[in-house]
Amino acid sequence: MTNELLNELTFFVLAIFVGFEVISKVPTILHTPLMSGTNAIHGIILVGAILIAAGADSPVTVVLGLVAVILATTNVVGGFVVTDRMLEMFKGRQPAKK
Amino acid sequence: MTVVIALAYLLAAALFILGLKQLSSPKGARNGNFTAAAGMVIALGATVPLLHFTQAGLEITAVGLVIGTLIGTVGARMVRMTAIPQMVALFNGVGGGAAALVAVAELLKFGVHPPFAEVFPSVFSIVIGSVSFAGSMVAFAKLQELMTGTPITYPGQQIVNLLLAATIVGFAVAVLAVASIPFSFIALMVLALVLGVAFVLPIGGADMPVVISLLNACTGLAVAASGFTLNNFALIVAGTLVGASGSLLTKLMSDAMGRSLGNVLFGAFGQVRAGVTAVGSGGQARSVRSASAEDLGTLLAYSQRVIIVPGYGLAVAQAQHAARELADVLEKRGVEVEYAIHPVAGRMPGHMNVLLAEANVPYEQLKEMDQVNDDFKNADVALIVGANDVVNPAARTTPGSPIYGMPILNADQAKNVIFMKRSMRPGFAGIENELMYGPNTVMFFGDAKDSLTKLVSAVKAA
Repeated sequence: MTNELLNELTFFVLAIFVGFEVISKVPTILHTPLMSGTNAIHGIILVGAILIAAGADSPVTVVLGLVAVILATTNVVGGFVVTDRMLEMFKGRQPAKK
Repeated sequence: MTVVIALAYLLAAALFILGLKQLSSPKGARNGNFTAAAGMVIALGATVPLLHFTQAGLEITAVGLVIGTLIGTVGARMVRMTAIPQMVALFNGVGGGAAALVAVAELLKFGVHPPFAEVFPSVFSIVIGSVSFAGSMVAFAKLQELMTGTPITYPGQQIVNLLLAATIVGFAVAVLAVASIPFSFIALMVLALVLGVAFVLPIGGADMPVVISLLNACTGLAVAASGFTLNNFALIVAGTLVGASGSLLTKLMSDAMGRSLGNVLFGAFGQVRAGVTAVGSGGQARSVRSASAEDLGTLLAYSQRVIIVPGYGLAVAQAQHAARELADVLEKRGVEVEYAIHPVAGRMPGHMNVLLAEANVPYEQLKEMDQVNDDFKNADVALIVGANDVVNPAARTTPGSPIYGMPILNADQAKNVIFMKRSMRPGFAGIENELMYGPNTVMFFGDAKDSLTKLVSAVKAA
């Protein structure tokens, strides 16, 4: 096992625990926005998609790269925007609270 | 340079974690989304020095970014609030699809015999990403009502799905062992797509939020696996964070519905349904009481305490403003008005809070189930606006019912129940609601918005 793989596994395992811990106290009304927010975060696959697309040098990789970049960008942009739209609604209640 | 990139990735990871933390408390939720988005921008920026563009590569990257940004922005901005759940499903699906494609493209680079450490995570990413893509598309279709929201079942379905899954595992092992031609990955992808569809078909539309959350977690893991293939820490950390928090969130969501995750996912819904429909069909000839808007307006106007129970019908009809108006005229007459929010009312947890907040309903009037359930017996009227399953007493009384055990709002304990509904059609769970036949229940048929507007004028006239 290479050092790099070992490092990756370490990050992987620690991230599992952090992921569990960080949202353990979320109230029900935030379930949907939180799901949508995490949905946007896995749009990080765009980094992978761009790495693939940038080096595209054959018809196959051009197609794969292009489709992957489109899908991943949609995931990132749509994910964050739609989450913000949901949370925007929650803001409206702050003045009403007083 | 690599040090700078690594530090930027680390910063991005920290921002993702911080963002998730903020997203799980009402106060900081919106900032949390911005924090996570900032992390994303940093991660993307840090990747730029890693890129060695070919001519075609530069073009497709630019074109892809523009198209994706357009689809994402327009889709997320234009969609109506009621359709947001399926939008989330869609955005989740495309992420899964991207993860699978990235894994395929990376594997192709290694030629005929890629090393095991590359093939293993790639195969995982291809399979899970494809399942997530196909499953999310079915969830989208169900919620968008492009196909029926009721569970699609057939005899031996579980076994077929199990065989399908087993075939995929077998195929994956073969691919790993022989590490072979590119076509094997395509076959694996196709099988996984079929499994994704088959997996979601038997699950009812009401359970889609839980399914989307699960597929969301799956996409996270697929992304992490792609990270192993590409040796990219940003993908590994962010993907795993989503995988872990998404899994926990899935469990929390099914807990909120009072059901186990296994019960949601594995056809229990479809199977008991048959029995219940049979019981219900005996009662279909039974009559319900309905009343005019004037009668109901008088009833409401001379009540002391009214509890409004909003549901998906309110969301569909965009009736939140009309509901607020009714509450206002009632309050002017000295009637105490509250909203009882079931955790899973609408199509997603929090759906009702969002809609009512949009109509500027005061926060103190929104009561969660535990706060309000004891109040129903003191309420003169429970006004049910387009809700159904969340007030179905079968959840308490009928052990064979698919929703048995789900905590419900005790609307049936109110002195009068006004049940506003478009028709007698059963709710999303596809089962009869005894409450409609209750002795103190009055049905008021029609579109929620029209009906509420009629009630407003009736109350004013009373």
